[in-house]
Amino acid sequence: MRSDELQTLQRQTKKKRRRFSLLTIGKEPTRAQFLTISVAVFALLILAWWLATASGAIKPIFLPGIGRVWHQMSTLAQNGTLQSDVASSLYRMAIAFTLSSVMAIVIGVLAGCYGLFKAIVEPLVDFVRYMPVVAFVPLTILWTGTDDFQKFLVIWIGTFFQQVLMMIDAIKRVPPDFVGLGRTLGMSDRKILLRIVIPSALPSIWDALRISLGWAWTWLVLAELVASTSGLGYRIVVSQRYFQTDTIIGYILLLGLLGLMTDQIMRAAERVLFRYNRRRS
Amino acid sequence: MATLTLNKLEKSYSLGKSRRRVLHGIDLTLNDNEFVSIVGASGCGKSTLLSIAAGLEDFDDGDVQVDGQSIQGPGLDRGVVFQSYTLLPWLTARGNIEFALKAAGTPAAECRDIAQQHLELVKLGSSADRWPGELSGGMKQRVAIARALSYRPKILLMDEPFGALDAMTRHQMQQLLIEIWEKHRLTVMFVTHDIEEAVRLSDRIVVMGPGHIDSTFQVSLPRPRHEGINRAPEFIELQHDVLKRIHQHELTN
Repeated sequence: MRSDELQTLQRQTKKKRRRFSLLTIGKEPTRAQFLTISVAVFALLILAWWLATASGAIKPIFLPGIGRVWHQMSTLAQNGTLQSDVASSLYRMAIAFTLSSVMAIVIGVLAGCYGLFKAIVEPLVDFVRYMPVVAFVPLTILWTGTDDFQKFLVIWIGTFFQQVLMMIDAIKRVPPDFVGLGRTLGMSDRKILLRIVIPSALPSIWDALRISLGWAWTWLVLAELVASTSGLGYRIVVSQRYFQTDTIIGYILLLGLLGLMTDQIMRAAERVLFRYNRRRS
Repeated sequence: MATLTLNKLEKSYSLGKSRRRVLHGIDLTLNDNEFVSIVGASGCGKSTLLSIAAGLEDFDDGDVQVDGQSIQGPGLDRGVVFQSYTLLPWLTARGNIEFALKAAGTPAAECRDIAQQHLELVKLGSSADRWPGELSGGMKQRVAIARALSYRPKILLMDEPFGALDAMTRHQMQQLLIEIWEKHRLTVMFVTHDIEEAVRLSDRIVVMGPGHIDSTFQVSLPRPRHEGINRAPEFIELQHDVLKRIHQHELTN
């Protein structure tokens, strides 16, 4: 009798023991679980799209079927429109983003290190940063017309001011004792900046670049939507005029894909550049 | 010869409109090859004192001298081991030591050998090519000590170097430091809040009250100091006396 009671008691406590599941806070999914679920989400979305269009519930003019989008995209690829659109957008992106990043790194590092530059830059940047980029677009057209330079300008306004603040932050996160170490080794401030502060901030700087690259894509499309004669954004506006919803959807998906690809490239570079940061194995 | 002299040191911070005095009339001399610990309740200014001696912080009045020469900021004559881990993460253990040696102007051809010697000194000869991210806290501090010793400073300044380590590792580190110091004599200023650590390591213990030096205890325990020395009656008695002095200040404040 007593041993029976004990057994049921044991069984109860055994039952009560909590198992970690995917709905436990902080519990990471396994790689297989993660892949299965994320692929399933995409599959579901595509299925929903297919159902909505194939059943005729949504008119093709609002949302064309997958087949039509694919067909339209391959037609555009065959006659070269797609390639030239991607090329001119990538070109603008590369120039403007590089320019903005280089400026932001130089100015951000100076402002993060030296009180003088901090006092000059930080309040100004904080102010400009809250001005909506969109509001600058008419002004940029007025100033520079509608050529590539205007696209550079819009992307620059959108990313530079955010980047500067992120660079200042990256420098601020360098442990003060690293600088102290340089001092006790008799290094000059210039050497401390080049040999200690910048290498130490580099992973954060790279991260800031990766994040701001995502925003830059948005500003690129904005600039091309408003006033342009080429590029991905331009094609989207033109297609709207002719109710070519298939092109619009295709280009939006393409933009997502391009963003994802650049992000993955940056991440891969990060793993190589900062391999010393990998956790203890 | 390597002595460190602090002369009538004054230091205060401005705190809003008022000024808070953190150090007042500090007179302290570290003799050649003497191991001096500075203990005191947190906030008494012991870390500030060490930063000033290192040349990393300004002071209002007084003088800091190394071998009778007033210091002009930080310099290679004083090696510093910080409480926080200061290994540069993008350099290997050996790279970190070579970094210091190069900064100190050591010929490039000798750097590698000297770095290896010092890694062996802290028993990390086989971990030379590992990144700091792959080392435990204790190992990182051992590399930091090796780095601070590598360029042969006259004086070693240590600011709670084992403060962030667990009790077991801390004990091992203390033993390692005693061994190194007893072999390679050097003038050391060692800031700690761990009284047992101070007694175990030092020739002399300086107890600080808030902003001033309260009292000094000579540690006459024999050297070399072995593992079990903390069980000796003199050890326990001294530890007790030092603690009593520190507590006196906590009560009056």
